[in-house]
Amino acid sequence: MKEGRPRSFYVLAIFFAAYVLFLYGPMIAIYVLSFQGPQGGLTFPMNGVSTYWLTKLFQGTGIVDLGAAFRRSLLLGVIVMAVTVVLSVAAGMAFRRKFKAQSILFYSAIASLIVPSIITSLGISLEFRIVDDLIKAHWNENFETSMGLLTSGLGAHLTWTLPFGLLIMFAIFNRFDPRLEEAARDLGATPWQAFRHVVLPIILPSVIGIGLFGFTLSWDELARSSQAIGAVNTLPLDLQGLTTTVTNPDIYALGTIISAVSFAVITLALGTIHMLNKRQAAKGSDAGKGLV
Amino acid sequence: MDTSEDILQQASPDVVRGSETGRAAKAARLSPSFVSWLQAGPMMLVFLAFFLIPLVFVVIVSFWDYNEYQLLPAFSGRGYTDTFEGCIAQLPDLCTIAKTYLKTLKLCFLVWAITLFIGFWVAYFLAFHIKSKTWQMGLSLLCTIPFWTSNVIRMIAWIPLLGRNGLVNSGLMKTGLIGQPIEWLLFSEFSVVLALVHLFTFFMVVPIFNSMIRIDKSLIEAAYDAGATGFQTLVNVIIPLAKPGIVIGSIFVITIVMGDFITIGVMGGQQIAAAGKIIETRVNALQFPAAAANAVILLVITFLIITMMSRIVDIKKEL
Repeated sequence: MKEGRPRSFYVLAIFFAAYVLFLYGPMIAIYVLSFQGPQGGLTFPMNGVSTYWLTKLFQGTGIVDLGAAFRRSLLLGVIVMAVTVVLSVAAGMAFRRKFKAQSILFYSAIASLIVPSIITSLGISLEFRIVDDLIKAHWNENFETSMGLLTSGLGAHLTWTLPFGLLIMFAIFNRFDPRLEEAARDLGATPWQAFRHVVLPIILPSVIGIGLFGFTLSWDELARSSQAIGAVNTLPLDLQGLTTTVTNPDIYALGTIISAVSFAVITLALGTIHMLNKRQAAKGSDAGKGLV
Repeated sequence: MDTSEDILQQASPDVVRGSETGRAAKAARLSPSFVSWLQAGPMMLVFLAFFLIPLVFVVIVSFWDYNEYQLLPAFSGRGYTDTFEGCIAQLPDLCTIAKTYLKTLKLCFLVWAITLFIGFWVAYFLAFHIKSKTWQMGLSLLCTIPFWTSNVIRMIAWIPLLGRNGLVNSGLMKTGLIGQPIEWLLFSEFSVVLALVHLFTFFMVVPIFNSMIRIDKSLIEAAYDAGATGFQTLVNVIIPLAKPGIVIGSIFVITIVMGDFITIGVMGGQQIAAAGKIIETRVNALQFPAAAANAVILLVITFLIITMMSRIVDIKKEL
């Protein structure tokens, strides 16, 4: 087993390459197609090369108000990211010692991850509908709805991002060396100082990973938003709406733009993680090396 | 997790003794359990408000009455009876709901089997054949990146390939293998399964890879030294040790596919009925109790499948 590579290596290497091609091939196809010429259609071959469909989206003559949906998705994504990071790190710290309701929180997170999204989404929409009915019946007859991007929508997205955040925190603290924190305390640090100056810098790369999950999962989220977001749409919802009616490559152009934002965020996050890891390696201890 | 939890327990900063600053003294006054509540409470509240209470509402509303316009908060089994309409009268033929669930289970099984096969070998390759840590990291990242990008885009990405005038059809026509475009490539069960596999193999790769890299390599060498063939090592050493990952991955894939309505809608050309799609259709018709009843049925079936799967592991663990 030591010398040379076994035959299985080559078989599996080809299998792996085929899987990667399967993973990326179709996506690349639509990125290419979004640069169709003005006369181009939904399929190959390319009918000229242009940025016609991309610019058409930004002119707002398209079928959706791209700008507004874009801003809404971005706003929601950033808020979800911030909330996910703060709540996950806090809860992750709590899980380092036993506390009551520990298993309730753990199982809620796992259940939230695996209960089909449509059920969570339906439940949130029913909850808000009932709240609306109560408000109308008891306080204000003209009340419209409490559902919205930053109420029901935010909640729906958090039920999807928080479990990932919590699981990443478990992975972090599984390989965190508690002696570092002990040392800080022995030197007289308060719990907050120990967290701020010892724990946080060590776990920071993984915390950025949580932020990455928070933003991208929200940015692309569809199933949970579908019933729970209220009257306005996010970008993925608009895109899904287009799939049934679309005849022009502007849908691919939209797809390319959404992906570009995803890729920009991924690159930024991975770059930062890499930089932090390097700095940590340069400054000594390798504890808490990034997870993602 | 247990052992490291113990370690963390010992190190928990329950009381800061011997520190003289005022802030430390103040912090020491906060009881550890209060601090835990403060730390874990916010997340608990989110799950309570946006997951647990909504689930309760789904169950409650499934027993409410409804008319064409609104919810009627009065006990009724109509959500369920409407769902199972004609099921007994039609016997031995299957009624719509039974057929839909059978179809959902069939899709689920196909996607599960394919993602498991692909996921297992991809994870195996990454865990056992890639020796350099950097390469391992890079290649697993390569598999993970699409997960961070839009699902709808990854679905519609198949349209230019599989459509009537798509790459596959035109390629096959040009080589003369087929005379007419193949129609079942797109908006069919085939395209639904393909897209689901494309989207969700990630959920198999990650947990299986995670269990595999924890396998002590010396166990595998020991198996070889004891004269086991590659196949015997795989079946008797690697698969049992990777089982937790396999089960976790399977639970993810199965629950996602059971509840999916978006992929099935887009890739099935809105023609294929599935459990998730029934709920969506009922909601669109504003029949919330019927939607909720279907959600409860789906929840129960999903729960049964998960229970069955976690049984498999526990039994094996005890052996």
